[in-house]
Amino acid sequence: MTDFPVEKIRADFPILQEKIRNKPLVYLDNAASCQKPQQVIDSIVHLYSHEYANVHRGVHTLSVKATDRYEGAREKVQQFINAQSTKEIIFVRGATEAINLIAQTFAKENIKAGDEILITAMEHHSNIVPWQMLCEQTGAVLKVAPINLQGELIYAEFENLLTDKTKLVSVVHMSNALGTVNPVEKIIAAAKAKKIPVLLDGAQAIPHMSVDVQALGCDFYVFSGHKLYAPSGIGVLYGKQALLEAMPPYQGGGDMIRKVTFEETEYNSLPYKFEAGTPNIADVVGLGAAIDYLNTIGMERIAAYEAELLDYATEKAKQIQGLRIIGEAGAKGAILSFVLDKIHPHDIGTMLDSLGIAIRAGHHCAMPVMDFFEVPATARASFAMYNTKEEVDILMAGIADLIEIFG
Amino acid sequence: MFDDLRDLYQEVIFDHNRNPRNFHVMEAADRKVEGFNPLCGDRLTLFLKMDGDKIIDASFQGSGCAISTASVSLMTEIVKGKTEAEAEALFTQFHEMTTGKEEEINLEAIGKLAVLAGVREYPARVKCATLAWHTLDAALKNEQDSISTE
Repeated sequence: MTDFPVEKIRADFPILQEKIRNKPLVYLDNAASCQKPQQVIDSIVHLYSHEYANVHRGVHTLSVKATDRYEGAREKVQQFINAQSTKEIIFVRGATEAINLIAQTFAKENIKAGDEILITAMEHHSNIVPWQMLCEQTGAVLKVAPINLQGELIYAEFENLLTDKTKLVSVVHMSNALGTVNPVEKIIAAAKAKKIPVLLDGAQAIPHMSVDVQALGCDFYVFSGHKLYAPSGIGVLYGKQALLEAMPPYQGGGDMIRKVTFEETEYNSLPYKFEAGTPNIADVVGLGAAIDYLNTIGMERIAAYEAELLDYATEKAKQIQGLRIIGEAGAKGAILSFVLDKIHPHDIGTMLDSLGIAIRAGHHCAMPVMDFFEVPATARASFAMYNTKEEVDILMAGIADLIEIFG
Repeated sequence: MFDDLRDLYQEVIFDHNRNPRNFHVMEAADRKVEGFNPLCGDRLTLFLKMDGDKIIDASFQGSGCAISTASVSLMTEIVKGKTEAEAEALFTQFHEMTTGKEEEINLEAIGKLAVLAGVREYPARVKCATLAWHTLDAALKNEQDSISTE
């Protein structure tokens, strides 16, 4: 842990210098959204100050510069997740929009009444509701593979639910409510054996581990920028080129067309077919800057550091009487969800806030997970590469004190 | 520790959270309404026994945070013996106090409920305090379905 440059990283995040209720900020709500380094903030300021115009349209110098920056960011994303081509990188608003896009194009085209879509019991609402909407439209059926009390997918049950009726598997790579990292290699192999396409919801996984979509072999991978130290309002849909080529467009408008007459319209090639209208240019550039920043550190190192941090936090949490960890999967990312005896998570959240500690208290957009563990909500501390053991100590001391106060 | 929170978490609130008053099912209730705050999962069932337009008994069941539990516990105590109109007037005053619309708190009218005034500094927690009263409002209007603060 000593060789990880956490202090240097912290210095790059201006918000970490903020005081909250007169205490130094301890930001542990990274699974909801993480903070942005100066390099990302500067990239946006620089674009708007020196290089901004609309993309893909103008012959003038600024438009060419802006297009270079925008398409340059696409290359960075392609390399970051090791996609085969930039044609496979579609910019969207976030993971939620990406899943809705796939549901309303690929899935709507290929799924009919009686077909099944298979998800898991630990999905975020964004990987449940778009499929329920699709099922309502098509008469398809949503199947849910169960989890055990550790918060792990019961793989045998998942395999049993994988049948000839299954037309799409859509699973979370890492759970936002539990921290569980799913055995996606096994899941993909089992689905491939039956020629079933697989979508991975990578919103939570992407900032915590190195992701290689070709090695994984998934058909779709989606994530949001704001959890990857990039701006909010920008996300990525990765899809295998052949699948994207065959899919109908999602929205119609400018940029996604090659030729328009009142009689017919010819759609543009990939990736532009799925990017109707003026895109979120500045935030795409910000996403590119975030990836540059992460590359200077290295995802493997970040993963190793965060694993140590989580182990440390878990060990400390287990020493607190009356604290129950929700989600104890063997393979887990840097998320510590917990409940305290007779103290509601919202009281925990408010009390810790008064100490400058930001955690999430609630259902984490995963109400079915809360129902499964029979809790109304949990408190969740979620870590990022800029968090420290000292911050874990502050959190644990705060929890111990609030337990005493509630007595 | 937690010095800043003394206005919000007063001893009375801890007391009502640990030992909620009127915390039981009322078999012979005239009104029974469920209140739910989907944001935090607070859930309560409110029971009222009426005599004409007078509330002669009130009780509740459910689970929630300290603020919501103390609020509903205090409410069931204070509305006993009140007419519907008096209870509704209290709701209005309580709402104004917790949302900070009324700078001066009318202590005479609001009584013990004043311990919940601290939530006005915590906008994220106002709904915890008002869930009980929204549920009472629905019960008085004889809306039998469950209500939600969202």
